[in-house]
Formats: sequence, structure tokens, C-alpha cells
Amino acid sequence: MAAVQETIDKVKAIDVDQYKYGFVTDIESELAPKGLSEEIVAYISAKKEEPEWMLNWRLEAYRRWKTMDEPTWARVEYPKIDFEDLHYYAAPKKREGLKSLDEVDPEILETYKKLGIPLSEQEILAGVAPEHRVAVDAVFDSVSVATTFKEELAKAGVIFCPISEAIREHPELVQKYLGSVVPVSDNFYATLNSAVFSDGSFVYIPPGVRCPMELSTYFRINEQNTGQFERTLIIADKGSYVSYLEGCTAPQRDENQLHAAVVELVALEDAQIKYSTVQNWYPGDSEGKGGIYNFVTKRGDCREKNSKISWTQVETGSAITWKYPSCILRGDNSQGEFYSIAISNGHQQIDSGTKMIHLGKNTASRIISKGISAGVSQNTYRGQVSAHRKASNARNFTQCDSLLIGDKCGAHTVPYIESKNSTAVFEHEATTSKISDDQMFYCQARGLNEEEAVALIVNGFVRDVIQQLPMEFAVEAQKLISISLEGSVG
Amino acid sequence: MNAPAKIQETNAEQSLNAQFDAIFAQTTQNNANQRKQAWEAFKAKGIPHRRVEEWHYTDLRSKMNDAFALASKTTPKAEALTGAGDLKTYRIAIVNGRYVPELSSNQEVTGLSVAETSGVLEAQLGTDDAMASLNQALVQGGVSIKIDANAKIQLPIEIVRYTDGSDVSSYAGTSVEIGSGAKALIIESFEGAANAAYQSNALTEVKVGDNADVHWLKLQVESQKAQHIETLSIELGAETNFQHFIYNEGSALSRAQLFLEFKGEGTHAGLRGTSLLKDSQHADITLFVNHAVPECESREYYRAVVDDKARAVFQGKIIVEQGAQKTDGQMMIKTLLLSDTAEINAKPELEIFADDVQCAHGSTTGDIDEDLLFYLMARGIPEAQARKILVLAFLSEAIEEFEEEQCVDLLEAMTRKWLHADDLVSE
Repeated sequence: MAAVQETIDKVKAIDVDQYKYGFVTDIESELAPKGLSEEIVAYISAKKEEPEWMLNWRLEAYRRWKTMDEPTWARVEYPKIDFEDLHYYAAPKKREGLKSLDEVDPEILETYKKLGIPLSEQEILAGVAPEHRVAVDAVFDSVSVATTFKEELAKAGVIFCPISEAIREHPELVQKYLGSVVPVSDNFYATLNSAVFSDGSFVYIPPGVRCPMELSTYFRINEQNTGQFERTLIIADKGSYVSYLEGCTAPQRDENQLHAAVVELVALEDAQIKYSTVQNWYPGDSEGKGGIYNFVTKRGDCREKNSKISWTQVETGSAITWKYPSCILRGDNSQGEFYSIAISNGHQQIDSGTKMIHLGKNTASRIISKGISAGVSQNTYRGQVSAHRKASNARNFTQCDSLLIGDKCGAHTVPYIESKNSTAVFEHEATTSKISDDQMFYCQARGLNEEEAVALIVNGFVRDVIQQLPMEFAVEAQKLISISLEGSVG
Repeated sequence: MNAPAKIQETNAEQSLNAQFDAIFAQTTQNNANQRKQAWEAFKAKGIPHRRVEEWHYTDLRSKMNDAFALASKTTPKAEALTGAGDLKTYRIAIVNGRYVPELSSNQEVTGLSVAETSGVLEAQLGTDDAMASLNQALVQGGVSIKIDANAKIQLPIEIVRYTDGSDVSSYAGTSVEIGSGAKALIIESFEGAANAAYQSNALTEVKVGDNADVHWLKLQVESQKAQHIETLSIELGAETNFQHFIYNEGSALSRAQLFLEFKGEGTHAGLRGTSLLKDSQHADITLFVNHAVPECESREYYRAVVDDKARAVFQGKIIVEQGAQKTDGQMMIKTLLLSDTAEINAKPELEIFADDVQCAHGSTTGDIDEDLLFYLMARGIPEAQARKILVLAFLSEAIEEFEEEQCVDLLEAMTRKWLHADDLVSE
């Protein structure tokens, strides 16, 4: 028991204050006045130089939002958010007509350098492994500041640009797909996002194209008292493939910041989308003060037959996470996957999971969720698997495992299993346990010290999910896991 | 009345209003307060509907079109009551919510005492469910059953709950106290006249002492048109063995809700059951198992066979409180859907606040395994019969785990009858 006690002591002493990305970038920025009204919505729309249909779309969403109430069903607790006390738009002061990377505010570039995101293409090309190139769209507060490799992607016909640019330049695509997966009135936060989203990424992969490189977006909230509302729309046309990565960080602030994003994925016939997230928003300090409220709606639509959408997420940050990346398996033979590692420490609260909605025939889904709770955190898996009457031969396998480190934290599992078809086969299993003394003894008897032993066991615990991440991300994720549990698992 | 009514009162709620006023007018002084309190608690919530998380899959508000008039006192013929069939038992008959001595056993059993009560229960054990509150507001009668410490009751105690009449409702409140070191088998049946439409709402509170050994079998064989709601709340002492089994066959709509709390360490609770559903039956089993103390073990194993347009609902929540270390909780739900219009909704939940625990839950749903069917058919068994064999095997697996042999035989016979599989050779 001594070893266990020591682990517990370490959890107690955990210093989440050592958030590595907690610096603030001092740049001039443009802020919308606090509060939300039709004028602010119009202000944002005007700032983005949007066409009228887009403004109307936003206004409709805003009016809907006014009639909605905040959801309270999730297992998270936080003081009521004052939606009038937020800036709904923050952008680094723009210099006229940004033409190349050289014109981007050097402070911003410095920030991304600190975050380890190579924005300049040359740098990447000179890198050690040029075959592992990643095109990056960097979103700073509410605005996309730079997108790399645009030209090379354009050669393949891939459109990868800030969504504000897509609204101006590819309105036919945006109009056709925006809001088609997450409808305007889907839920409180998605509706809010629809009204005020300021930027995000837009991806279109034309038929038969395998995207030549990984696409990536890096989100950073910098400004104080702002909400970040980005919108991502990814369309994989017939027979195409894309792998998309998303990363997030924020500075340390005493107050809570709101992040309410919407991500929509559309996979057409035979297309495949792989969406990976490493979420590392500021989780608040060791007292539970500050941190990001991460209320995100992510949904993928396997719209046509033989399509596939795969979500992989590593959740280590945010004071509160409320996030359910889902798949609508509409097309026959379509597949959905959800791989998740959710680590909570300190005072973090996570309520996350997925929905797999089987509508088409022979659809298959797989859910692997690994939750690790430490400190005084609460970690909930909430997932729904449902089969429609017509979803013959639907197949689901769900596995959610929870690992508890310390006796002050909680791990909860709330699955909803709904089957209306006799040929649908659903299997669900969940376990909750701690690192056993036997496992520790086994490792330590083989010469590992205690910290190494815990690290090894935790790594083994999450391995199924780590394997699903693209290589570049897997390395980052592994590091992140050890940082997140620093002091509790070494 | 004073509370701001958010939603309009339904027909059923209006009928209940009138019923409560009538019953309250003739209530004796000692019970008035408790009834009033229970009524207020019910009024604050109203009939549960799908927005109430615990009732999400059983939208009672829309399924309960009316609240039938409270059933009057009757004494049906003894033959009308089935109970545990041919088993020799100590019978306690409750008809329309009231204890009927004429239909009950009257011999002395050492260590067992049975007394008629008003049905208003002294202590409301861990439930604030609206339908349990409603029971206490309108309760028509009940019994208190006491088993002395160290009494080993050999004879099964049979509680027959019979609702007599159609378009009536019955409310019974029962308390069962089982002393430390006692041993008992309780067989409880819920029944009524065939094809009668009635509503039965039963609330039973069970307190079990330390080192006791209790087996409890519930046979829900209400009329196919009945609505059945049963709330069972159980408190278990230390080092006790408690085994519960629900056999669910009757009712158009049924809901069995179990609230179980471990009060002493080293206790084992097994909650099992089978639901056999057809036509457009809707059967809901909802559990709240609270591991409040360390070193207890719970097993929740339920199986359902759902045919035609029937719908099975299973919700189970295992809570492990902080400090309830060394808890071992395993939950498993298996369902066979036999038709394309059948439906299953399952929600096996874990809520864990202690780290040194072993908890798991699992759930499977699907059709009869084609390979198994092929195996049997390849050996000359006609398909219809092969299917019956497989369904029977599926249900028997759960039944056999209930360790009381006489109950296992009874359950298997009832299951065969439901399957029309009397012709199948046993074993």
C-alpha cells in the first residue's frame, strides 16, 4: 500500500499551475464591445466581409438562441455564464491585405513558435522528415492568421482555407453544407456558435483525391474575456481521403473563458475522414480557478454508402469539457469510429463521449474510450448507440475503461443503448479500476522505479487509442499525457 | 395548486386530484400529515415523463391516459389467486391494496408475525420518486411483516397481490423487516383478473439485518392490459446475502424500480431477472444500487426476450460512494430481439467515487445466433422448435443462478408455458 499512498500524495501535491502554454502574447487586438445583440452579430458579419445570406443565417441563429436554455443534464458544475459579459469577437489588429507570412504580426509568429507549430513552409521543408509535412491553419483568438501549403494543396484540387474566406470564395459549397450536419438550432452552444462564429477552417477534398498531406488547425485563445467560437467544415467528396488534426492551447487566466466550437464533417460515397484532436486548453490552477469552458459540438455525417468517419481525441485540458463527437451512419455500409483518451486532474470536469446513430444497412461503429481521473476531478463517459428500424445488420462494439488515481476523484459511465432492429448487434462493456498493487509489483520487481512503472501501465492502458493517432500527433499526445499526470504518475 | 404549474395537468392528474381530496377527507389524524406530505411531493413533480431522466424511456405521462377510481374492498374466490401455484407456502393475500385474512394463512409460524396496516409507511427509505410518493398519498392498506432475529423460516412466505376489477386502481404499502441472522424465502406475485384493465402501484420497504439470508422472487403476471408500478426499497445490514429475482411477464406497461442501499460491510446482493415480452408490452426495470459502505458485492444480471412490438427498458445505476473501497459491482444486460419491430433501450450506468473498486458492466443485444440455430437444425430439429430451445436456454442461464431450487423449477415451468414449449424435453 505504501506505493499507492505515495501516488496519492503526489496527486495531492499536483501543480497544475505549471501549464506549459500559459503565456500571454502581448499584441494589439481589435475587440467587439461586450455583450451579444443583433448589432454584434451584424458587426462580426461585416468584419468578415460576408455576403448577405450569411448575415441572415447568423441572425436567424441568434433569434433561435434567444429562445433556448442552457443544457443542464451534463455531469458538470460551474457558475452560470454571463453571456453579456463576453467579447464575441477578438482579432489581432489587421494590417491591410495580408499577402505573405512576413506580414503577419511577429508577436503572433513568436507565439506559434513557442507552441512549436511551424508556420513557415521553408522551415518545414528544411526539416528532418520532409515526407511528414503538415499544412497548418492557425487560428488566433477568433481569426485565422495563416494557412500554409495552400498552393501545393491547390494543385491537388484541395481547398484548405479559413472559413471566412470560403464563405466569400466558395459560397456554393458553404451554402450547401454549412449547418447540414449540425443544424442551426441543434443545441444551445451550437446555435450560439452559428450566430457568432468568427473563423475556423474549411476543407474540401474533390472526388477521388487522397489529400497529399495531413491538414491541421491550431487554435489559440489569447485575449481576455473573450469567447472563442470557431467553425470547422470538412467535406470529403466521393472516394476521397483526408486526415485532419486539431490542437488547442490558451494562456493562463484567472477567469474562465468560453470556447464553443462547431465541427461538421461530411463524407460522401466511399470517402473517408480521419479527425484527430489534441485538446490542451488551460485547465485552471490547482485551486480550480480559471480555465477554459470547452462546450463543443462535433458531428460527422456518413452521408453516402461505404463512407467512413473516425474521431480520435486526446483530452487533457479545459476546466470543463462538454463534448460528444458523433457519427450519423446514414449511408449503407458506412462506418464510424470513436477513440478517446480523456484525462482529468486537479479540479477538471469532463463529460464527454459519443453518439453512433445507425440509420443505414450494414453500418458498423466502434467506440473505445479510456478515461483517467486523478486529483479531485470528475470524468464522465456519456455515449449513445442507437439503431433505427431500417438499420439491418448494424454492429457496434463499445468499450469504456476508467482508471482512477487517488480516492477523491470520480469516474462515471453513462451509456444509452437503443436498438429497434433485431438484426442489430450491440455489445457494450465498461470497467473501472485502479492500478493494482500486483501490476506495480510486477513492474517494480523487474527493475522499474515507481514512476516508470505507473507510466508504463498508463501507457498500456491508453495504447489502443494512441495507435489511432497520426504519427506526429502520437508523439505529442504521449508527451501530453505524461505532463497532464505529472506528479500523479510521473 | 400554489406551485407554478409549468405544464398543464393531464386527465390522469386531474382524476388523482379528486381522489386525493376524497381520501384525505376521511383519513385519520395520525396519517394525515404523511399523506399530505407525500401528495405535495407528488404534486411538485407530477406524473413522470420523458424529460425526467429516470423515466426517459417510460413516458408515463403519455401512457397513463387516466387514473382509474380507487378499487373498493372485495374478497374474491380463493381459486382466483394463483401465487406460487402448487408450492406449499405461508400465504399473505392483499386484494385491492388491503390485507384479506380470509384468503391468507392463519397458522402460527415461529418467528414470523404479520399485521394489517394502513399502508402508510413509517420511514420513507431512499426514494423520492414521484410514483412512490403517489402511492403513499393514496395508499389503501398493507401489511407489516416481521421476521425475528435468528428465525429460520422454512416455509416460503407468499405475498399474493391481486387487483380485483377493471378500470380500478390499487395502492398497497408493505413493510418487511428481517432480523439479524434470519433466513427466509419470499415469493411475491402481482396478478389480477385476466384481461382486466387496472392500475396497480405497490411500495415495499425492506430492512434486512446483519448475517441474514434472504431470497426474494417477484412474479409479475398482471393482466395483459394492466399498468403495474412497483417501488422496492431495500436496506441491507452487514455480512448479509440478499438474492432478488424478477419474472416479468404481465402488464401492458410495467415498471419495477429497485432502490438498494448497502448499510453494512461484507454484504452480497444479487439482483436478477427475466422479461418475456410480446404484443405491445412495455416493461421497464430500473435499479439504483448504492454502495455506501466498503467491501460489498453486487451482481445485476437481467435478460429480456422481446417479440412483436414490445419494448424492454433497462436502466441500472451502480453508485460507489467515496470511501466504499473494495466494492465489487458487476452488471450485465442481455437482450434477444425476436422481431423487427421489437425494441430495447438500455442504460447501464456506473458512478464511482472510490478508487479501489472493481466495477464493470456489459450489455448485448441482438437476434438468436444463426450458428446455434444452424447447429440444431442440422441435427433434425425443426426451426420453430430450435428457436424455442435457444430462447429457453438463454433465459434459463439467468434463472438457474437463483439458488432456490423450488423457485427455479417454478420459473422454468412458467417460461416454458410462455414459450409454448411444454413439449420440449427438459435438460
